[in-house]
Amino acid sequence: MDSEKQYIELYEQTREMLCQHSAEPLNILRGQAFEDFRRLGFPTQKVERYKYTDVSEAFAPNYGLNLSRLDIPVNPYEVFKCDVPNLSTSLYFMVNDQFYDKILPTAALPDGVFVGSLCEAAKKHPELINKYYGTLARTHKDAINALNTMLCQDGLFVYVPKGVVVERPVQVVNVLRSDVDLMVNRRVLVILEDGAIIKLLFCDHAIDDRDFLTTQVAEVYVGENAHLEMYDLEETHVKNHRFSNLYCDQQRYSTAVLDSITLHNGLTRNRADVTLSGEYAETTLNGLVIADKQQRVDNNTLIDHRVPHCQSNELYKYVLDDQTVCAFAGRVLVRKDAQQTISQETNANLVGSKEARIYTQPMLEIYADDVKCSHGSTVGQLGDQAMFYMRQRGIPYDEARMLLKFAFAADVLQTIQLDALRDRLHYLVDKRFRGELSKCEGCKMCK
Amino acid sequence: MLEIKNLHASINGKEILKGINLVINDGEVHAVMGTNGAGKSTLSNVIVGNPAYEVTEGEIIFNGKNLLEMKPEERAQEGIFLSFQQPVEIPGVSMTNFMRAALNAKRKHQGLEPLPAGDFLKLMREKRKIVELDSKLANRSVNEGFSGGEKKRNEIFQMAMLEPTFSILDETDSGLDVDALRIVAEGFNKLRTPQTSAMVITHYQRLLDYLKPDIVHVLIDGRIIKTGGPELAMEIEEKGFEQFIVTR
Amino acid sequence: MEEKNSFVREVAEKKYEYGFTTDVQTEIIEKGLSEDVVRLISQKKGEPDWLLEFRLKAFHYWESQEQPEWGHLQMPDIDYQAISYYADPTKKAADDGKSKEIDPELMKTFDKLGIPLEERLALSGTAVDAVMDSVSVKTTFREKLKEKGIIFCSISEAVKEHPELVRQYLGSVVPYRDNYFAALNSAVFSDGSFVYIPKGVRCPMELSTYFRINARGTGQFERTLIVCDDDAYVSYLEGCTAPMRDENQLHAAIVEIVVMENAEVKYSTVQNWYPGDKDGKGGVLNLVTKRGHLRGANSRLSWTQVETGSAITWKYPSCILSGDGSQAEFYSVAVTNNYQQADTGTKMIHIGKNTKSTIISKGISAGKSQNSYRGLVKVSAKADGARNYSSCDSLLLGSECGAHTFPYMDVHNDTAVVEHEATTSKISEEQLMYCNQRGIPTEEAVSLIVNGYAKEVINKLPMEFAVEAQKLLGVSLEGTVG
Repeated sequence: MDSEKQYIELYEQTREMLCQHSAEPLNILRGQAFEDFRRLGFPTQKVERYKYTDVSEAFAPNYGLNLSRLDIPVNPYEVFKCDVPNLSTSLYFMVNDQFYDKILPTAALPDGVFVGSLCEAAKKHPELINKYYGTLARTHKDAINALNTMLCQDGLFVYVPKGVVVERPVQVVNVLRSDVDLMVNRRVLVILEDGAIIKLLFCDHAIDDRDFLTTQVAEVYVGENAHLEMYDLEETHVKNHRFSNLYCDQQRYSTAVLDSITLHNGLTRNRADVTLSGEYAETTLNGLVIADKQQRVDNNTLIDHRVPHCQSNELYKYVLDDQTVCAFAGRVLVRKDAQQTISQETNANLVGSKEARIYTQPMLEIYADDVKCSHGSTVGQLGDQAMFYMRQRGIPYDEARMLLKFAFAADVLQTIQLDALRDRLHYLVDKRFRGELSKCEGCKMCK
Repeated sequence: MLEIKNLHASINGKEILKGINLVINDGEVHAVMGTNGAGKSTLSNVIVGNPAYEVTEGEIIFNGKNLLEMKPEERAQEGIFLSFQQPVEIPGVSMTNFMRAALNAKRKHQGLEPLPAGDFLKLMREKRKIVELDSKLANRSVNEGFSGGEKKRNEIFQMAMLEPTFSILDETDSGLDVDALRIVAEGFNKLRTPQTSAMVITHYQRLLDYLKPDIVHVLIDGRIIKTGGPELAMEIEEKGFEQFIVTR
Repeated sequence: MEEKNSFVREVAEKKYEYGFTTDVQTEIIEKGLSEDVVRLISQKKGEPDWLLEFRLKAFHYWESQEQPEWGHLQMPDIDYQAISYYADPTKKAADDGKSKEIDPELMKTFDKLGIPLEERLALSGTAVDAVMDSVSVKTTFREKLKEKGIIFCSISEAVKEHPELVRQYLGSVVPYRDNYFAALNSAVFSDGSFVYIPKGVRCPMELSTYFRINARGTGQFERTLIVCDDDAYVSYLEGCTAPMRDENQLHAAIVEIVVMENAEVKYSTVQNWYPGDKDGKGGVLNLVTKRGHLRGANSRLSWTQVETGSAITWKYPSCILSGDGSQAEFYSVAVTNNYQQADTGTKMIHIGKNTKSTIISKGISAGKSQNSYRGLVKVSAKADGARNYSSCDSLLLGSECGAHTFPYMDVHNDTAVVEHEATTSKISEEQLMYCNQRGIPTEEAVSLIVNGYAKEVINKLPMEFAVEAQKLLGVSLEGTVG
């Protein structure tokens, strides 16, 4: 397939417009990214990390792009009733790749904290953006990074200065809104300086019945002794195609919880690469996938232990039904000097239908000797005994199945440290299993 | 209440029940005694509709309805309860959610509205007392991390919640110490009414000392070979099952 | 700590005992590979046309392919034109072609390797096919086995004496297009063993093939074919060694196994090819395709391997579970040290209903070696009721080695239960301390623990092999183990 061609041409023809409606630090990397993309092309499924997703096919259709940054007529506060009602957050919106700044939360953020447009930030803090932008998400090896870097014009910037604690969780709702099939190239840069603490919640929604193709590249820096919780919840529809690359770098004594939850989607490909660069850093990488119909979800993770005394925990659970095809590939790399590493990786999959298919591939690659590493992976069904026990108590077959599926998924939800979010997710997952969430297919908004 | 006619059943193609006939009337407690592998647990599993067992012949009529045509949950909603010999652990499903689902399914079957949450929790508290079940246990996942005795008490607790008309206690005495046995048996007795019946499966007299069955059956090799009053159980306690095997 | 290091060093510096060469006149054909060479090999072996055709097809396919970059391996460049593809140590330079006598030097070699070829001296209950370089030297107990209808001979002889059987099964499990090295082997394979167990026969003794590379500048390309007919049983052992040479020698073998209804095959390997010296110079490149087809209902196949040798090991003894109710097992211990590299594991392809597979893999890495488990469990849409359990553990004996686990699972069936678990750790300090406290010196404690660690697999081996395998683990054994 020759899917690359249209993007190469697009860039060649619109280079000036792209730059004009963006900011200098983003523009600087565009040329190299373009060269890299032209050289790499889309990865075939022979490329190990793209084994389970046909990238070319997803990028083949002709999507519109909003390169001249026309205002999208929408007030997200009106169309979007908060999905997590009891969670008092500082609520922000991204409409496609644009930060929505017409209305902002009333409660002020602590001094020095920035949540807003990446381009705005490039004007106010060019030194910060120049220093960090594009350093984790390198373009020379990954075509999605290259494509995103060459086409993205804006995105989100979150900055928490040294020692600042942001008490109130920051919620960013990504709203996909368009009257034509649309490609969105969004960029996210999160910087926690030493000792900073923040909780971030991203929610992906698509409010129009159009085909969307999103690339999102997120770079996250967690400084010494900083603590990050980041939850990424996707509740889009079957016409959404999401390619998300998340890179997180952690310094000494930092902790990060990175959760990715796919409740409803079309095609989702999430890559998460965590680098433990400072000793005694700890990372938790979790995922929950609920997929049915022809949905596809492919989570591909790498935890890179570069230094001694770090710890990583990884838990991904999938509940599959109908004709869904999903994949999990999780690589844990323990480098030569990363002694005293503790790492645990678990992937469990519940296959509920004849046509569903799961590929699972946990990987341990270890070059240090004083380590405790393990991984486990299972594929199975709901237990016959438990099913019968429940039915003997009068619980109908479907209800019993649902309760057991819910119990299976609950493991991942238990790791969520935001109480209100956890409760809400319990509710949403329950709703999802009852088939109510997937009904929103094509409708304006699921209330 | 329950009538079993010429019941034959097998598991994995092997015939276990070879023609059972049994009538249990309202208010009666029947004891079924027999050696290991005689088919006692098969009988209870077939009555509640465990899909692992296949009924090859015969019928079971429960309050005028053909039980064999019903799904396991329908039988339960009709008022049949099995206290399992080995209750399964169901991690991740809380006792509260589990019981609420079960109780509301039954109420729906009876044409009633779901019980409001407050009333439901109150009911849980009341019924727990019957078997002295700790509130902490009720907050855990179903049977997960319960000791053997706690699991059995939990079974009787669920019975109290669901108020079945016909209960089967499948070796509920196994693995219980004297105190736990007393609690479980007394709990069961508190739930008895003239309209409810039960079938008690056991090897031993000691549970029957508490439960006082009206009728005792001896099940050997898939058939009931002798039926009598409570004295039959005493006789077995004294002389064992060998006498029956010989006379057969 | 120092003590432990000295132990690790000792393991790493352990001498290769089988590194001698046999001084015997060997007929070696010119180096290089071409269609003419393939024809020459076939001609030397006096093969029928169909086999020559098979070889040529494989050769042309091989020519059209590139050597793949598989696995977690740093493969040295292989110059396929610098290898001689046929070496026959049984031919005297001026052979009259009639002598049936085996050169006493060859007999001595196998004696020295602990594989006596005289039946009266043989290990009890084991029949041996001894292969040196490209040729089978001798197969023992043939007559005795023949009484039961069992065929056990070199594959060259089988081609002549049982062409219909060989033709039916050769390439039926591993087609020549399977992979690069399978194509190479199919083109130039020299000798190897052929086993046929007729219906209902339980093979009364262990069958064994001993492979020895001797000649310089040659590769070994043996081919083994085992057919176990309905209700039959056989246990088969494979051992191998090579002299110490500072060049890399290529070993690209194929093993094909066909298991019919209710039949059972146990295949055990103790692989001890020359691993190279402690600086990583020389050693055998062991690139092997082994596969069993569980064709019949309720058939069983078990692979057990102890891999201690070779500079590079690339092999994945696999099972295709076609027969309903068939069961497959893979038990493996792979030890690497110095600069050895191993990328080994298995594939379990579930096709039939109610099929079951078990994978137990134990990797032990020392020195500067890299040791990877790579496996695939595939459950097809039709394989209702399939079960798999995999457990892959790695033990690290040094800070410069690597241990890796790459399991792939592809499940396309909602009745399948597939479980994989893996751990990687070093020898536990607590266990060492416990042993020390009981008066056991550290090196002995390490040896005890390593053996305990591998025991689950070693126990699957036939007795004689188990003893050798334990010895090979490079650790002395005290007391009662095994």
